[in-house]
Amino acid sequence: MSELSLNSLLAVPLAPLVGSIAAGLFGKTIGRRGAHLLTILGVLISFIISAMTLKAVAVDGASFNGTVYEWMTLGTLKMEVGFLVDGLTAMMMCVVTFVSLMVHIYTIGYMEEDDGYQRFFSYISLFTFSMLMLVMSNNLLQLFFGWEAVGLVSYLLIGFWYKKPTAIFANMKAFLVNRVGDFGFILGIGLLLAYTGTLNYTELFAKGSELSLLTLPKTDWALITVICVCLFIGAMGKSAQFPLHVWLPDSMEGPTPISALIHAATMVTAGIFMVSRMSPLFELSDAALNFIVIIGSITALFMGFLGIIQNDIKRVVAYSTLSQLGYMTVALGVSAYSVGMFHVMTHAFFKALLFLGAGSVIIGMHHDQDIRNMGGLWKRMPITWITFLLANLALIGTPFFSGYFSKDSIIMAVEASNLPAAGFAEFAVLAGVFVTAFYSFRVYFLVFHGKENFHHKPFPGEHDHHDDDHGHGHAHEPHESPWVVTAPLVLLAIPSVVIGFLTVGPLLFGGFLKSAIFVDAAKHPAMAELASHFHGATAMALHGFQAAPFWLALAGVITAYVFYMVAPQIPATLAKVLRPLIVIGENKYYLDWFNEKVLAAGARLLGRIFWKVGDVAIIDGLIVNGSAKVVGLIGSLTRLFQTGYLYHYALVMILGVLAFMTWFVFLQH
Amino acid sequence: MTSITLGHYLSLGAILFTMSIIGIFMNRKNLIVLLMAIELMLLAVNLNFVAFSHYLGDMAGQVFVFFILTVAAAESAIGLAILVLVFRNRLAINVSDLDTLKG
Repeated sequence: MSELSLNSLLAVPLAPLVGSIAAGLFGKTIGRRGAHLLTILGVLISFIISAMTLKAVAVDGASFNGTVYEWMTLGTLKMEVGFLVDGLTAMMMCVVTFVSLMVHIYTIGYMEEDDGYQRFFSYISLFTFSMLMLVMSNNLLQLFFGWEAVGLVSYLLIGFWYKKPTAIFANMKAFLVNRVGDFGFILGIGLLLAYTGTLNYTELFAKGSELSLLTLPKTDWALITVICVCLFIGAMGKSAQFPLHVWLPDSMEGPTPISALIHAATMVTAGIFMVSRMSPLFELSDAALNFIVIIGSITALFMGFLGIIQNDIKRVVAYSTLSQLGYMTVALGVSAYSVGMFHVMTHAFFKALLFLGAGSVIIGMHHDQDIRNMGGLWKRMPITWITFLLANLALIGTPFFSGYFSKDSIIMAVEASNLPAAGFAEFAVLAGVFVTAFYSFRVYFLVFHGKENFHHKPFPGEHDHHDDDHGHGHAHEPHESPWVVTAPLVLLAIPSVVIGFLTVGPLLFGGFLKSAIFVDAAKHPAMAELASHFHGATAMALHGFQAAPFWLALAGVITAYVFYMVAPQIPATLAKVLRPLIVIGENKYYLDWFNEKVLAAGARLLGRIFWKVGDVAIIDGLIVNGSAKVVGLIGSLTRLFQTGYLYHYALVMILGVLAFMTWFVFLQH
Repeated sequence: MTSITLGHYLSLGAILFTMSIIGIFMNRKNLIVLLMAIELMLLAVNLNFVAFSHYLGDMAGQVFVFFILTVAAAESAIGLAILVLVFRNRLAINVSDLDTLKG
C-alpha cells in the first residue's frame, strides 16, 4: 500500500475553486474567453490528477487517509479538513471531474449568448470544488460542508435565470425540500457525535459495534437504526427519493448543462455515495435497510410512470433520473453498495449524455422543449441522434451497454436479497425496466423519428421567453449544434457504451471497493451470491438475453414504437380511457398539491399564528407597547401635578417639610 | 416693665416666616415680591438663630447667620439676574405667566 501525495490531492479540489473565483470575481476583467479557458483548465487539471489517482488506487493499491488542516478543537472533538482516498473516492473523483469537464466544454456552446456567461462558469466550477470536497472527505463535518455547498450551488444554478418566476419558485423549492432532508442528516450526525464523540470515518466505524448495542434513551428503538434512518433522510433529500423528490423535476428550470452535471450525474448521487461510505453503520441495522429498500422501490417505479406522460424533453429525462436513483437506493438497501455505486458511475455517463443530448436538441429547436413539436430530427442532427440513441440503449439496459451491467446487477441483487422488503422491490425494479424502456423510447421516437412537426408547431408552448433565446435570424429550421456541444456528446458516449463491460468485474467482485465498503456477508448474502454467479462480463451480457429484464425492456421499446410510430391513435384512446390515472400523474400524485396546501400552507398558518398572536399581540402589544402604555398612563396622571407655577411647587415643598416635621417631632417617639 | 424674652423673638420669627409663606402663595403678579418673600423667610430663620445663640450663650448660631446672609446675598444677586433675563425674554415678570414647566 503506497501513499498518495497530499499536494496533488489538494490540487484536485482547489484547481476548480481557483477557476471559480477567477471567473466569478474577475469575470469582467478576464472576459468570456478568459472565464471559460480558466475554469476548463482548472477542471482539466483536477481531472488529470483524479485519473492518475484512480490509476494509482486501482493498479498499485495506493490510498490516503489523513488530516490536511485542523480547523478547531472542542474538548476531545476535532474539527478537521481531511482526505480519505480509496477506491470509492477515486471513482467518484473521476466521474465528477470527467462529467464536469464535459459540461464545461458543452457550456461554451449552450450558453454562448447568455449575459451571465462568466457567472455560469464560476458556479459550475464552484460546484465541482464542493462536490470534490464532499467525496474526498474523511470526516462527516467536511462531508456536510460539501453537502451544503453543492446544495447552495444547485440553488444558485436552478435560479440562474433569476428573472423567470418559475425558476425562482423552483430554486426556492429545491432549497426548502433539501433543508428537510438536511435536518434529518444533521440529526444523524449529531447522534453519532453524541454517542461516539468523533466525526472521523475510521474512528466512527471502529465504534459501530458498540453503537449497535445501545437504544435511544427513553425508547426501545435501536440507536443504530435511528441514526441510519436519520442519515438516510439526508440522502433522500439530496438524492431525491420519494417523498422528498419533488424538487428535482422542477429543477429543470435551470440551464441544461447543470441539469446534466448536478441534477443527473453528480450531486444527486451524493446521497448514494454517503450511504455507501457509511456502509459499516448501515450494515448493522436491518430495519434501516428495509426502509431504504421500500423508499427506493417506490421511487424507482412510480417516478418512472410520471416520465411517460411528460411532454417536456428535459422533464422526461428528469423523471428517468428519479427512477434510476430509486434503483441505486434499492441496491443500497439490499446491501449491494458496490452495485449501487457502479450504477452511479454508469448512470452518470449515460444520463449526462442524455441531458446534454436533450440540450443539443433544445439548441437545435431554438429553445422549444416540447417533444410534440419535434420529430424527424435524425437527418438534421446526426451526432445528437446517434449519441442520444446510445444513451437510451444504455439506460434501458441493453446487454453489453454500460447500463445493462449495473442495472442487471441491481435486479439480481434484489432477487438474491433476504430482506422482507425485497419482494416488493423485486416487482418494482422489474416493472421499472419496462417503464424505463417505454418512456425512453417514447422520447426517442417522438424527437428523432416520425413526422417533422417543427414547421407548424402543434403545441406552441411556453418557450420564447427564455433569457437564453438565440438571436439567430434564420427561422425554425433545426440544425446540428456546434462542435463544442457535440464533442462532449461523443466523449460521453464512449464510456456510456463500454465502461460497464470494462469495470463490472473489478468493481463489483474484485477488490477495488473492498477497503471502502463493508458488507456483513453472513447477514446479507446478496453480494456473495451475485459473485458466485459471475463468470466474466461477456458471459453476464450473453446471459442477459435470456433473462426477464431484457425481454421486458424489449417489450417497452416495441410498445413505444407501436404507440408513437405505427398507431398514434392507441395512446390517444388509452389517454381517454385512463383519464383518471393520467390526471393523477399530471398532478404528480398530488404531492405538490399536498406540500403546497398542507405542509407549506400549514407552516404559513403556524407562522401567521406566531406572528399575529405571539409577536404582534403578546410581544409587541403586551410586553413592549403594553409597558410603554402603562408608563404613559402613569405619566399622564402625574402630569396633572405639574402646573408650571412656582408657588404650587413651593406649596408642595412646604407641605412636605411640614409632614416631615410632624413625623419628626410627634411620631419619632 | 416686662423684659423681652426668648418667646418674643421666636414669635416675631414665626410671624415673619408665616408672612413670607403667605407672600409666596398669595403673590400672583410680581416675581420680585417672590424673591423678597424668600429673603424674608431667611431673615426669620436668622432671627431664630440669633435669639437662640444669645439665649444659650453659644456663638455658633451667630456664625451660621453670617453664612446664611452671605448665601442669601449671592442668591438674590443670581435671582435678580435671572429676573432681568426673564424680563428681557418675555417683557413681563408676572408670576402667573411663568408656567412653561407645565407638563
